[in-house]
Formats: sequence, structure tokens, C-alpha cells
Amino acid sequence: MANLKELAARGDKFTGGHRACAGCGATIVARQALLAAGDKPVVATCATGCLEVVSTIFPYTAWDVPFIHSAFENSAATISGVEAAYKSLKRQGTVKEDIRFMAFGGDGGTYDIGLQALSGAMERGHNMLYICYDNQAYMNTGIQRSSATPKGSATTTSPNGKKIPGKVQFRKNLTEIIAAHGIPYVAQSVVGNWSDFTKKVEKALAKGGPAFIAVLQPCRLGWGYPPELTAEMGRLAVDTNFWPLYEVEDGKYKINYTPKERKPITEWLFQQERFRHLKRPENQAILEEIQKDIDLRWENLGKKCSQ
Amino acid sequence: MQKTILAKTGNEAMALAMKQINPDVVAAYPITPATEIVQIFSQYVADGEVKTEFVAVESEHSAMSACIGSCAAGARTMTGTSSQGLALMYEMIYIAAGLRLPIVMADVNRALAAPINIHCDHSDTMGCRDAGWIHIFSENAQEAYDSMIQAMRIAEHRDVRLPVMVTTDGFIISHGMERIDTLPDAEVQSFIGKYDPMMHLLDIKKPYTVGAINLTDYYFEHRRAMVDAQNNALKVIKEVGAEFGKKFDTNYGLIEKYQLDDAELAIVALGSTCGTAKVVIDKLRKQGVKAGLLKIRVFRPFPAEEIARALENIQTVAVLDRSDSIGGFGGPVFTEVRSALYGSAKKPRIAGVIYGLGGREIDMEQIEGLFMDLKAGQVKADSVSYLGVRD
Amino acid sequence: MSELKKYKELALGGNIEKSGTAVDFKTGDWRSSRPVYHPENCIQCLFCWVYCPDSAVILKDGQVTGFNLDHCKGCGICAHECPGKKKVKAIVMEEEVK
Repeated sequence: MANLKELAARGDKFTGGHRACAGCGATIVARQALLAAGDKPVVATCATGCLEVVSTIFPYTAWDVPFIHSAFENSAATISGVEAAYKSLKRQGTVKEDIRFMAFGGDGGTYDIGLQALSGAMERGHNMLYICYDNQAYMNTGIQRSSATPKGSATTTSPNGKKIPGKVQFRKNLTEIIAAHGIPYVAQSVVGNWSDFTKKVEKALAKGGPAFIAVLQPCRLGWGYPPELTAEMGRLAVDTNFWPLYEVEDGKYKINYTPKERKPITEWLFQQERFRHLKRPENQAILEEIQKDIDLRWENLGKKCSQ
Repeated sequence: MQKTILAKTGNEAMALAMKQINPDVVAAYPITPATEIVQIFSQYVADGEVKTEFVAVESEHSAMSACIGSCAAGARTMTGTSSQGLALMYEMIYIAAGLRLPIVMADVNRALAAPINIHCDHSDTMGCRDAGWIHIFSENAQEAYDSMIQAMRIAEHRDVRLPVMVTTDGFIISHGMERIDTLPDAEVQSFIGKYDPMMHLLDIKKPYTVGAINLTDYYFEHRRAMVDAQNNALKVIKEVGAEFGKKFDTNYGLIEKYQLDDAELAIVALGSTCGTAKVVIDKLRKQGVKAGLLKIRVFRPFPAEEIARALENIQTVAVLDRSDSIGGFGGPVFTEVRSALYGSAKKPRIAGVIYGLGGREIDMEQIEGLFMDLKAGQVKADSVSYLGVRD
Repeated sequence: MSELKKYKELALGGNIEKSGTAVDFKTGDWRSSRPVYHPENCIQCLFCWVYCPDSAVILKDGQVTGFNLDHCKGCGICAHECPGKKKVKAIVMEEEVK
């Protein structure tokens, strides 16, 4: 894996001057992903959403690679078209270079509205890496719940009200859904562990075929924490086992990092505005449910790794 | 040049044209009554008869999304669909045109639900008439075949660079067996020429951004440029149609006039109904009735001037719409034809007739009856009526 | 902002014909605090560089030398991630004075 000096020597392919919030985690994902792709050329696409909107306000683009955006629910389908063109033109000899294909989408564009297109592209076996920057709500439209929003979280469509204390449901486990496609490489990574993410992007691209990485991406605006904590909040999600770093390579599960001591989930939750109401005594049961769910998911993941 | 006469359905003819165009990429999803186009083409791919990379997507939305990616990546790209499939593509239809990608699509016209119906009307393509695509309607399988080949040239022309849909009437043309003249593969290839994408995503030495967000400062300018492209297409379609005629003996324009120049009564129609109308007109002419037809082959760009010139000296005109703009003042063909005539010094009496929704048959008797009503002055000018519905 | 172009002057399909043009857009005036670099405390770990959302940490020959204040929005991730030397940070956020 490339170390930071080597990454630095490659030079950025995602520039400053974009319009993301100060402390945005999504742009860190894009930047680190393109750095990790190395010197091999990459064509990228991005679903409509925060990352795309802040990075391509005409006539300014932060993408220093060939880039296409078409719509919200279809970045996997769009890149499959680009990749199909590549296969065809390469076969015909009009394109000579080895090119890699990367699609980005938020949790809205990936867990929800774009799930079908993603599933289709994974099943068809396109040579592409899909990276979901999962900030756990529809941040671009103003923090609405998604199926990635964790239980208890207050969003603008699952607000903390007099009767209902934030989102009632647990979040969907998209990484497992994609793993069920039996593709060569599936992983979870996080903003805040550059080396884990770099390693996974490198691995995914080197394997060839469809690959998927879900990156937990703290969002200072939607989660409600000071902007300097973006990387820290990611690491804390890992240390509480809320977001395990693991990979599924050719069907084989591996946990990439086990916290020395699992921190209680409240350490992560209580640093975020969206969970503030869970501090109230009447919501104690919800906290217990959340902790239980995390421990169960971790246990199940462990079982998969030992299989 | 030797043409080969074959018995083909409309779908087979369109699939054959696609094979001879031999696109780099096809991304498509099956839907009645266009399914055969995808099926037949898949067989060409499976048999290695084309160089095409075929993407069997999981929906029409993804079909057009993949076509957009593919075309932006510099590949000659085609697809086919119908009705609900086109409706599901709707979002991407606008994007394909806005990004100025010369994708060519075969669309088999079929009614839109509800109620669900698999038969012909023009609701599907009319629903996206404002999207920026070029719309070419076919009277029969021959025209569908010929227009597919011309469409590639029109779409890729430097002054146009817009996607094109070539349509046939569901079942009536798509499943009707006809005798068609087909061209040798090499002739088709030489006619369409080599595709020059100008810029494309796989040109990694020249990275650029496709599909950027425009705020209030640039959106209007980018949409305005599309209008110029459509206007340029009026000329380009005629040039390509004339060149096709020169090489292969059949000329194509934006409209076709049938017994129209001295006509007193005329109908305006699109698609397969024109064939039926021609037979009726032949019969009426023998009876001394000065009946004529204006066939609109190209609905987008709308050839307003040619239509006005063709109709302005006729006494009474009925405009046939095989789709309705429900709640509007008549179907889309009627409103646009009537609007095109507004500036003419002499205006015909003109009425709109909605017919054939959901595949409701229109026969010679009905068309003859319509001419008789026009003749007897029984069609009220500036009115919209419904032909063939039980009322 | 460059002068607005007329529609006939624009590239086809709304393409941005060059890549990475966002470098010409300045977001530095969003800042309420700015990172101040103290090289004597820097161990050149590059954590500030790799976590910067705005690609605003300037490197020369692989070494941190300062910040691109045209792009830096003052989020403070660099200062937070900075391990410093003997627990003394090499990056300190200071209030922006306009």
C-alpha cells in the first residue's frame, strides 16, 4: 500500500475551491479515493447529491479526472455505460490505455433511490468500484432520513417530537446486501482512517470486476458536531463497533480492525446534536436497544469471519 | 447498388438496421411491443455478428443512463424501448438531450397506462416531445429501416448533436410483416461514416467534466443552445434524406405531401395511419373528391414553415392525433399545426380529431367518413372531436 | 467571477472543457479561523494534508510548508489531527481577523 509520502507525490486529482461545507467528510472521501487510485487513469461519476453539487458548479469543477454526472439514482448505471464503451473501444483498438472506473454516491443515491441500479451493475459484473459516502441522511436536501439513518437519529423527516423521539427504525445493512451479490470485493471503511481506506481502494481496483466500499462519512452539519472532529467522529464510530472496518474478499469475511476495548455507543452518540434527545431519561430504553443491536451485529460479523 | 428484398416485421427491420449500423454499445431492456428488437439484437451479439458491447440492464432508466455514459465515453450508442419503458426513462431522456449526446433509439409507439394497454398510440413519445430529442415517425417498416440509418447521421452531425428517436406504431408496424428493401452492410457503413465524438471521457489526456450543475447564471444559455441545434436539424434532416435518396432511390424530408397541392380537403397524420389514408385518398380522387394528406415524418424539430406552406391554401383540414393532451385544447399535433398556420394570410378551416387511443383500430371507412364530413361541412372549425370512441 | 459567456460561446452540452477549474474559485473568505503553522513542532506526518477536505495544505517536495488560504475554509481538521512534537501542535487555529 502507498504510504502518505507516495500518495503526496501523486498529486491531488480532486482540487480545492469546491463549495462543500468547512470540514466536509464527503470531499475527503473523493480526494483520498482518487489519490489511492494511483497513476492509473480513472474515469469517475457521481450521483446527484452533496459531493456532485459542491464539486461541479459551472464553470468550476474540482475533478481533475474525466468526470460525468447524469442523475441521482443511476451513478452505477451511468458508469456501467462508460465501462461498456471502454470494453467495446478497447476491443476495437481505438482506446489503448488501461482505465479504471469509479462511481460515487451518497447513502441517498446508494441505499435508497439508486439501490436497483447498483444491484444491476454489480450483478452484470462491470469492472468498476462503487464508493458510497454514507453520511446517514439526505444531507444535500437538508438532512432528511434515509434507510442508512441510525435508530434514534433526529433528521428533518424523522424529527425528535413530543411523541416520536427521532428515527424509529434501525438502519439497513447495505454492505451485506451488496456482499450477497457474490462480487469479488466488498468492504466498509471510514473517514478518519486514511490507511484503511487507501488500502481498500487499492485492493478493490487491483482485483478487477465489480467492487463496493461503504465509507462512513461524518457530516458536521447533519450530525451536529464541530467541524474539526470529522475524522475523529469516524474513528469513534469504529471504536464503538457501530461501524466495523471489514472486508469480504471473494466471499471471505475479514475484520480489519478490532477495538482493544469496545467503547459504549453513548460516547459517539452524545457528541452529536442529532442524538441529543437520547440523553433524556425517558429515552434510556432506546439507548439500550441501540447498544444491543450494535453488539448483535458485531457478534454476527464475527461469526461470518470465523466461517 | 443491389438491394435485397426481405420479408420483415417492423421490429425485425429496426433490429437489422441496428446490426448494419453496428454500434459500439447497446444498452436496453425488453418491453412489449419492442422486445423483439432487443432479442434479435442479442442474438446478433451472441453470434458475433456485431462488434457491439451489449448491456442487458435491469430497467429502462438504467438503459438510458448507461447509454448516456457510453455515448459520453465516445461510443456509438443505441437502444430501443416503448411506452412505460420510455416513461421510466423520462428523466434520462431530458439529460441525454441536454448533454448533447447523439444516441439513437428505436421506440415502438404504445399507449401509456392507466389502464395498462400494450397497443399503439403516440402518447409515449408525445410525452417527451419537449425533451430536445429529434422525433422521426415511420409509416411502415421500410421507413423505419431507412430512418434508423439516417438517424445516426442526423444525431452525430456537428451542427445537431442531439439524440434521435425513430418510432414505429406498436403491433401495426412492429409486428406486421412487410416486404422491405434492405441495403448491403457496406453501403450502410459507408453512409453513416465513422463516428467522431469530438470530446469523450476515455480520452484520458484531456480530462473534462460532463453534467455539471448550472445555477441561474448558465442554465438558460445551455438550453438556448439546444434550440439552435433543433433548428439546424431541420436542414440536416433534409440533407441526409436527400443524400439517402440519391444513393438508394428513396428521398426523405420532414413532411410528405400526398395529393395535397390541389386538395380542397386534407388530413394531417403521423405514422401508419398515413398508409391507410393514402388508399382512401386514391379512392376519393377517383370519385372526383379533392382529398389529400399531409404526413408529418419529423415531429421534432417541428417543421412549422413547411407545414404552413403545405396547408395554407386548403379549404378544410382535419388534424389527426393518436394521443391526447388531456385537459388541453386538442392533441399535440393539432395545437402545433394550428399554431403554425396562425401567420398565414389564408387559413384553412381546421379541426382536431383524436383517434386510435390504446390501439383502437382506424379503418378506411372511418377515414373516408371523416373526409365526407369535412366535405359536408360537418366538422366544426377549431373544434376537437373523438373518432371511434363509443359515446 | 469571469465574465459571463453568451450561449453560442459555450461548449457543447454544458461540458466544462478543462478539469480541475475549481482551483480558480476562492473559498478562503468563508473562514472564521485560520490555521497557523509552527514548523518547529512539525514531524511531517502529513495527517493534516491527507485529511484536508479542501486540498489546502501546501507541500513542497513532500514536506508541509503552509496553507493555501484561497481555499482553506478554516474547519480545523488539520489542527485537530496534528500530533505535533512532544504533544505541542504544529498547527494552531487562530481567529481570523478581517
